[in-house]
Amino acid sequence: MSSFVSYLINGISLGSVYAIIALGYTMVYGIAKMLNFAHGDVIMVGGYAALTMMTVSGAHPLVAILVAVLVCTTLGITIERVAYRPLRGAASPLAVLITAIGVSYLLQNLALLIFGANTKSFQSVVTIPAVKLADGAINITGETIVTIVACIVIMLGLTTFIKKTKAGQAMLAVSEDKGAAQLMGINVNGTIALTFAIGSALAAIAGVLLCSAYPSLTPYTGAMPGIKAFVAAVFGGIGSITGAMIGGILLGVIEILGKAYISSQMADAIVFAVLIIVLLVKPTGLLGKQIQEKV
Amino acid sequence: MAMLEIKDLEVYYGMIQAIKGVSFQVNEGEVIALIGANGAGKTTILHTITGLLSPKKGSVIFEGKEITKVPAHKIVSLGMAHVPEGRRVFAQLSVYQNLKMGAYTRSDKDEIEASLEAVYKRFPRLEERKNQIAGTLSGGEQQMLAMGRALMSKPRIILMDEPSMGLSPILVNEIFDIIQSVSASGTTVLLVEQNAKKALSIADRAYVLETGKIVQEGKADVLMHDDSIRKAYLGE
Repeated sequence: MSSFVSYLINGISLGSVYAIIALGYTMVYGIAKMLNFAHGDVIMVGGYAALTMMTVSGAHPLVAILVAVLVCTTLGITIERVAYRPLRGAASPLAVLITAIGVSYLLQNLALLIFGANTKSFQSVVTIPAVKLADGAINITGETIVTIVACIVIMLGLTTFIKKTKAGQAMLAVSEDKGAAQLMGINVNGTIALTFAIGSALAAIAGVLLCSAYPSLTPYTGAMPGIKAFVAAVFGGIGSITGAMIGGILLGVIEILGKAYISSQMADAIVFAVLIIVLLVKPTGLLGKQIQEKV
Repeated sequence: MAMLEIKDLEVYYGMIQAIKGVSFQVNEGEVIALIGANGAGKTTILHTITGLLSPKKGSVIFEGKEITKVPAHKIVSLGMAHVPEGRRVFAQLSVYQNLKMGAYTRSDKDEIEASLEAVYKRFPRLEERKNQIAGTLSGGEQQMLAMGRALMSKPRIILMDEPSMGLSPILVNEIFDIIQSVSASGTTVLLVEQNAKKALSIADRAYVLETGKIVQEGKADVLMHDDSIRKAYLGE
């Protein structure tokens, strides 16, 4: 029983990282109507940025996180401006999708060039101690607690931002109808850039949390979590923020429980099998919107 | 001086020329109708005026200022609102949220509130349904919402694209009454319509568009009795 609770908590923690990454996927999809497959690699850049700050300049972990966020935000805005914006309104939506895959490889190979192929060991940014429950049978690490709390704070913050601020309302308008949004006076390019900025900042945080919990970093560190987070976003209903959250956490729990009780080699296969079943039953994902519109 | 002046406008979609040198003007306080068949280029002209499309040649001058190259999102704060064809309300947002979106460029909360009251007074049905999701409104209600949303920016001129499209005759009459009352309250109106009869009945002047060119213009009541117009556009 106590081991089940431990697995569950670890699953929620891993799922929280997926959820934070999935938010970036889902927001960009909802607003720019594109799949940013380079999103996972932004996580890796965030990891390297934080690691470099801590090891080379000996910065405080919080400063390292802040620098990682700044680096990734700038990177996200730059990628959107240079690679995606010129293709907006291209005849085929495939053009931007292929470009995103290209950007993904570009980031991986740049990291390979700068940091080399060797696995770097990441030093955890979390300093709070582990918590022991049930007479030490359940051990919750500081990383686990911080990750889950960060996920909740981000979720609440983002929801409030979209509901209460003008920029958040602009995002809603752009996600529905870019032309009509422009007629309201909303700067569509600016709003999309802001979306990339927020998504990339979240990716940086996810990168640091992921590397703290699983302390190794290579240029390919972001690829698999990126794909899993994309699955989480689809699972929850792509375009929906709550959906990304639920999808991410469910995915993490399924993955850890699958590893623990079924087979550690099969865990990823189980994750994707669940996705296929969900999509067969409910093609829009768990919380996907399908509003009947009168004309 | 004209409030809105369109000069020698030429617009292309790729290689295809949609607008072939169109010029017209709208004076302050007028209701101007732009009529013509499907595909004549009416919507293209409105989109070019508000910056959703950019012309290859020609200029758009609003209140003495050239706005041809002004991006679409900067047009509304100049005092020009555009009610697009097909309404294009934000279907997943509530009526209230849609109306607030119309006041996006304004910042004075009290004045926005006053505009909201004015819109609710003009469209009582929108107030009744203010918390309803816009996508679930009927076509007529959506048209009212689109007009109300445009009025929330306090425009001096309002561009309306096919407000009667897809509506029952009773609703068409209601919508045209509202256009007249918007005009009576001091807002200049540029109206694009396929329903030439209704448009001419409320317009001061009208321009007739055929495959990207203006083929006739004049006072609305004169055009209404013109034989060629009656045959081509009024179904008589």
